[in-house]
Amino acid sequence: MSLDLVVAILMAAAGAATPLLIAALGELVVEKSGVLNLGVEGMMLIGAVAGFAVSYTTGVPALGAVAALLAGALVSLVFALLTLSLMANQVATGLALAIFGTGVSALAGAPFVGITTTTLGPLVAFDDPILRLLFGQSPLVYLALLLTLAVWWFLKHSRQGLILRAVGESSDAAHAIGYPVLKIRYLAVLFGGAMAGLAGSYYSLVLTPMWAERLTAGRGWIAIALVVFASWKPGRLLLGAYLFGFVITMELQAKAAGFALFAPEFLSALPYLATIVVLAVISLGRRNATHAPACLGKPFRPAV
Amino acid sequence: MFDLKRSRLLAAAAFTAAALSSPIALAQDGAASGGKDKVKAAFVYVGPVGDFGWTYAHDQARQCMAEKLGDRVETTFVESVPEGPDAERVIRQLAQDGADIVFATSFGFMNPTIKVARQFPDVKFEHATGYQAAPGNMSLYNARFYQGRAVLGTIAGMMSESGKAGYIASFPIPEVVMGINAFTLAARKVNPDFETQVVWVNSWYDPAKEADAANALLSQGADVITQHTDSPAPIQAAQKAGAIAFGQASDMTSFAPEAHMTAIIDEWCPYYVKRVEAVLDGSWEPQNVWLGMEDGEVVMSPFNEAMPEDVKAAAQKVYDDTKAGNYDIFTGPITDQAGEVRIPEGEEIPDEDLLKMDWYVEGVKS
Repeated sequence: MSLDLVVAILMAAAGAATPLLIAALGELVVEKSGVLNLGVEGMMLIGAVAGFAVSYTTGVPALGAVAALLAGALVSLVFALLTLSLMANQVATGLALAIFGTGVSALAGAPFVGITTTTLGPLVAFDDPILRLLFGQSPLVYLALLLTLAVWWFLKHSRQGLILRAVGESSDAAHAIGYPVLKIRYLAVLFGGAMAGLAGSYYSLVLTPMWAERLTAGRGWIAIALVVFASWKPGRLLLGAYLFGFVITMELQAKAAGFALFAPEFLSALPYLATIVVLAVISLGRRNATHAPACLGKPFRPAV
Repeated sequence: MFDLKRSRLLAAAAFTAAALSSPIALAQDGAASGGKDKVKAAFVYVGPVGDFGWTYAHDQARQCMAEKLGDRVETTFVESVPEGPDAERVIRQLAQDGADIVFATSFGFMNPTIKVARQFPDVKFEHATGYQAAPGNMSLYNARFYQGRAVLGTIAGMMSESGKAGYIASFPIPEVVMGINAFTLAARKVNPDFETQVVWVNSWYDPAKEADAANALLSQGADVITQHTDSPAPIQAAQKAGAIAFGQASDMTSFAPEAHMTAIIDEWCPYYVKRVEAVLDGSWEPQNVWLGMEDGEVVMSPFNEAMPEDVKAAAQKVYDDTKAGNYDIFTGPITDQAGEVRIPEGEEIPDEDLLKMDWYVEGVKS
């Protein structure tokens, strides 16, 4: 195995991991606040199409990424209105959002089918493979790592993070102390939407600089599974996303080299299988089950 | 009042006439059920119409057919239908909603279509790329894409420096297997050491995975990328790596102006027009057709300007000879992966064997 090949494998693994990581980080924060938003796939697609459209019309891919972020947040606002203010069922609304996003992105993306745009690629191109691996990837790859660190710090060490977790563990208690439960959940959902949108733009701006319907092909669901897999911890999320990216890449590399490690069907099921296994293991290990926020999915009705 | 009575009278007369004539109609050939003024044609797609590949081509043909037949046809479609139980539900719904003819455009819709066809004997069904049909009201249609694969293989064999192509494939069904074989056979006619490395992505449409697969193949020395999946992602990857590639099911030049050499184009429109017209004039009969370059159903998109002249000429010759009926890529001698001669010198693989093809020719690594 040449150095070039190793670098190619590692870069591909980071590429496969990055959008999963970004989307899952957003969903992690949302779930930590006690809200379950299953619409990640829809928000990713809307981010992907918004990112492509803006990047194509302005010619500046970075603007596309910003647009994806805003579009994702905007559509998550609809979810927040329905589930938080109107107290609609979160699971049903989330699923509806996933379907809605798929349809709306296809509609909005129709004029952009069949064209390509500038890639949101590395800022500097390196010939040396090691430098390329370390500094020559898309800015989003580094951003995802920084975001992981930021989310970890926010949840673990900041006062606001503590309040957010309190809201997710016991919305009534947090409310009794005087924290604005709904406001915090709104912000968390908006952050989740923005991250999902940004993750979607990774597909339409970096990996495959184009728009095609259902471009993300189900990655949003894997992101949701990853949050559970990581038992709501950002560090494990990073590990899980990169592990998954590495497994996908190795599988394709092995096939390209002429042998198959697993049946492809097994690989498609792997993230979900891994999630089930992890859930089972955690449940066996501790009495306090899965680390899931105690109020996850429960609507908050202020008792005033 | 009078008008009402008259219309009742007329209705009664029409009813009597229908009652009298129907046994006669039944006594005639059951398949030809008389013409129609307007036909409702429904299409079932496996991918989104915006995939710019397989489904896109079928949908372009649907629009082209609708335009040609004007107000004599009303078309509907359902896109992104998963192959499996869902497909049956969708096809049944379309039949129930009054479609006169249903085009099911993916291999995996075959069994669902057969089931529904049995339940709706008055509706015509057309299934693309399958090998089995319900008797009486179901047709099979397919295009000889492998003829186009032979053109691609010729170009790949002549232009590849590493002598290694990466083939991104969906599922190991005969349709895909024969494409891989035709491509490899044609390439090895030019370069006897040519190898085709196949990567199965287990999906017809997953841009991210297709791109990753292409990158994996490129990083392991392939300098030609070809695909039997539906998104333009692999050719974008080829463009980035400076390799050459071929579009799938539609001209994908815009995605990769330098890498894109040519593409196999599916021209379904003439077939759809013909079949819907047959329903209109009552001459529709079940059939099993496999049309190719000879019939204009498989064509090549314009060759890339940057292609060397001798490559262009060789590729054009394969196309011209196939079109004239003088060239069949599946002519012996053909050896399989184990090095055994499967098809002796001068013999051709019969169609029924091609449609069941489950073995690879020498040079395919899968």
